[in-house]
Amino acid sequence: MLPFVGALFAPLLTRVMKHNAGWVLAAVPLLVFVHFAGMLGIVGSGATVSAGFDWAPSLGLRFSWYLDGLSLTFALLISGIGILIVIYSGGYLKGHPHQGRFFSFILLFMGAMLGLVVSDSFLMLFVYWELTSITSFLLIGFDHGREASRRAALQALLVTGLGGLSLLGGLLVISQATGVNELSSLLAAGDALRNSPLYLVALILVLGGAFTKSAQFPFHFWLPNAMEAPTPVSAYLHSATMVKAGVYLVMRLNPAMGDTAAWETILPMFGGVTLAVGTLLAVRQTDLKLMLAYTTVASLGLLVMLTGFGSDKAIEAAALYLIAHSMFKGALFMVAGLIDHETGTRDITGLRGLRKAMPVTFVAAMLAALSMGGLPLFFGFLAKEEIYAALGAPEGWQAALLVVAICGNALMFAIGFAVALRPFVGAAAKAPKAAHEGPMSLWLGPVVLGASGLAAALVSPIIHRFFSSPTASAVAGSPVDVTISTIPHLGVPLLLSGLTVALGVAAYLGLDRLRGAMVGVLKTIGWGPDQGFDQALRGLLRLATGLTRVIHNGRLDIYMTVTFIAVAAALLLPMMLFDELPSIPSIPEFRFYEWGVLAIAVIGVAAVVHARSRLTAIVSLGIQGFAVALLYMLFGAPDLSFTQFMVETLSVVILALVMTRLRLAPTDHRPFGQKLVDMAIAGACGAGFALLLLKVTQLPFDDRLSQFFNTYSKTIAHGRNVVNVIIVDFRGLDTLGEIAVVMVTGLAILALVRIRSKKVEVRATVAEEA
Amino acid sequence: MQTLIFRTATPFLTCLMLMFSVFVLLRGHNEPGGGFTGGLIAASAFAIHGIAFGVPAVRRALYFHPMAIAGFGLFASAVAGLPSLLFGMPFLTGLWSAPSLFGMSVDLSTVMVFDIGVYLVVVGSFTSIALALEDREHD
Repeated sequence: MLPFVGALFAPLLTRVMKHNAGWVLAAVPLLVFVHFAGMLGIVGSGATVSAGFDWAPSLGLRFSWYLDGLSLTFALLISGIGILIVIYSGGYLKGHPHQGRFFSFILLFMGAMLGLVVSDSFLMLFVYWELTSITSFLLIGFDHGREASRRAALQALLVTGLGGLSLLGGLLVISQATGVNELSSLLAAGDALRNSPLYLVALILVLGGAFTKSAQFPFHFWLPNAMEAPTPVSAYLHSATMVKAGVYLVMRLNPAMGDTAAWETILPMFGGVTLAVGTLLAVRQTDLKLMLAYTTVASLGLLVMLTGFGSDKAIEAAALYLIAHSMFKGALFMVAGLIDHETGTRDITGLRGLRKAMPVTFVAAMLAALSMGGLPLFFGFLAKEEIYAALGAPEGWQAALLVVAICGNALMFAIGFAVALRPFVGAAAKAPKAAHEGPMSLWLGPVVLGASGLAAALVSPIIHRFFSSPTASAVAGSPVDVTISTIPHLGVPLLLSGLTVALGVAAYLGLDRLRGAMVGVLKTIGWGPDQGFDQALRGLLRLATGLTRVIHNGRLDIYMTVTFIAVAAALLLPMMLFDELPSIPSIPEFRFYEWGVLAIAVIGVAAVVHARSRLTAIVSLGIQGFAVALLYMLFGAPDLSFTQFMVETLSVVILALVMTRLRLAPTDHRPFGQKLVDMAIAGACGAGFALLLLKVTQLPFDDRLSQFFNTYSKTIAHGRNVVNVIIVDFRGLDTLGEIAVVMVTGLAILALVRIRSKKVEVRATVAEEA
Repeated sequence: MQTLIFRTATPFLTCLMLMFSVFVLLRGHNEPGGGFTGGLIAASAFAIHGIAFGVPAVRRALYFHPMAIAGFGLFASAVAGLPSLLFGMPFLTGLWSAPSLFGMSVDLSTVMVFDIGVYLVVVGSFTSIALALEDREHD
């Protein structure tokens, strides 16, 4: 994909060309745009384009693309707005030391987002989905010197990343339920999915992914915080494209998962609540970007609501609103950034009378706001008409949705003009910087997007043919024809539109009073999901710390007890549960020296138990070990016995050294009860091993391996000592690993011993000074 | 430990044990023994020497830091696996040659290098642990 290549070269180009690199880099999305635009004809006629190649055929994974009206509209929006954003970033971040990095991230994101909307296979969809989360993290945290930036980036990553996992789960459940793992085949297998018992699980998991990504209530809080990002990012990721990924997913799955009671309840409900919450919270803000961010949340809610509504009209409305929103919101964000860039503030209370200083910006802002407000002759008007046409004849509780939609739209109208009109009219106020018109790279984007809102409405039949109808058809799963035109026609929708505008004007005029009321209400609530996120994160950290303290408490005796109990349980429980206890064999005839060796072992153990001092116990343990080594020798395992001798010797020496070094009390001073418990654990471990060995000897012995080694050790490996040949030749790689472990263990012990002696030194010096 | 008998016997004991450890190492391919056992014997030899004459004496005699010896052993073992790659065989495949030295046929192989590596790792690691524990000077 082209954007990824572009991302690779962006930093280099920026070093050479400084901020003008934006103009060159815009060629990347332009090429993508032209490429996709070339497919308009095919897709517009109702066909789909798909391609792909095998990735891991053994797992049934394919790398595949699927392009229909919905994907294509998204792809064109992403690349088209991408062109303007890249140019805009060139001007906005002029002179920033990391501008090249920024271009790189933006292009990476563009690639991921394009990949997301054209993916066919589930896995590819998920990978691109996560890639957009990661690039969004990088972009929000771009200004990584600031605490707020870092927090917002982390928050966005955690929320959307968690959603991504939920989505992955959902996709896996879907592929379990239907046996397909490509979107294109899923669209045909909708009935199988809807009738599957797993449908509800899949639905909840997938919606978990979509709602977090598209900032639906109660996951909306990360989006306003993400406004810490530079404005081009807010305009691009957090209004026009990335946050629409969730909407895309919902729309994409509508033919496969929609048309059920759950779908048509959950989606309008969450969407409606999000719309209401988003607009209400938008009113209380005074920061231009935050106002826009909350209206974005609201718009996303509106889109989700429409998608879940179920009628063709609603889907047409969603398609129209999707296109309209990308254009006007992108434009308004860029205007907000432009004002910020030229005046040094984006607080609406301090901005007045910029009309004369920034005429071009004013025009662009007005164009966008008119479309956002849904006034005739603009594309937003078409969307709004269609929304009211869909919601206009409510039954039962859907009436609530209509009310929410009207109020929401009215408030969005007010906010739109508050952002686009207020700063420009009135007497000029004193801004931190003397305001003047920005360079062309900055105003080009908003002007083009704002104007296209007007142009698209004027040539609406063409737009409908190539964009609206194919998109709506893809979402609905059956051919839909969007016909609405710009000429106002009398009817219920127009009436509702008029009501909205009237309410909107009223809200605009009373905005300050509304804001005061909202601030009061929020203060009384005093808690929101944003604080909830912090509390959850703190709680998680505390839980982790507490858990670590319990598990990793630094007391060797507890570690040992737990380990040995686990060993005993692992040995004994399976044998008992599955009734696999060995039969107790009769005691065979022993020769006298065998009795002798056994007696030595028993005496050794008895001495360990009875030993008063630790040193005696350690040495007695050595006696027992030697006896075992003798047994190995007697039963024909000289290598094993040899090693056992050496290990026993060295462990006695080392244990004795450790003991003297740690200055333990020479005698054991455990209380009697503790001794009993330890004894029980030791006995259980011993019994477990004994039973296991008995069982092993009673199972039929497969001697293929020993025969192989016996036959070939001389001929292949030139050695008569089979054990050693196995160690150094047949299983050489194992041995290499083992000696590496030996060495690392040695290093670790060395370090432990050193740390201890250093501490002692420090303590000694402290004592001297005192 | 300062008993006269122990101090007198230790040098001989150490020498014998070291020689024996090399013997065990080399005969390992055909008779009981090998790098691991040999290494343990040599490590006990150094440990005994350390108990008798103190750690500095052993460190001087060893010249290299024990961990460096272990590291070299690991390196040698890993390298012993490489030549077979040149012949298109899997890593660590044994290669053998039997040149005659002074009229005697001596079997040499990469496997032997590998086993010597094992020996060195074991000697180095265990000696360094034992010496660190015996070392009283920093207490």
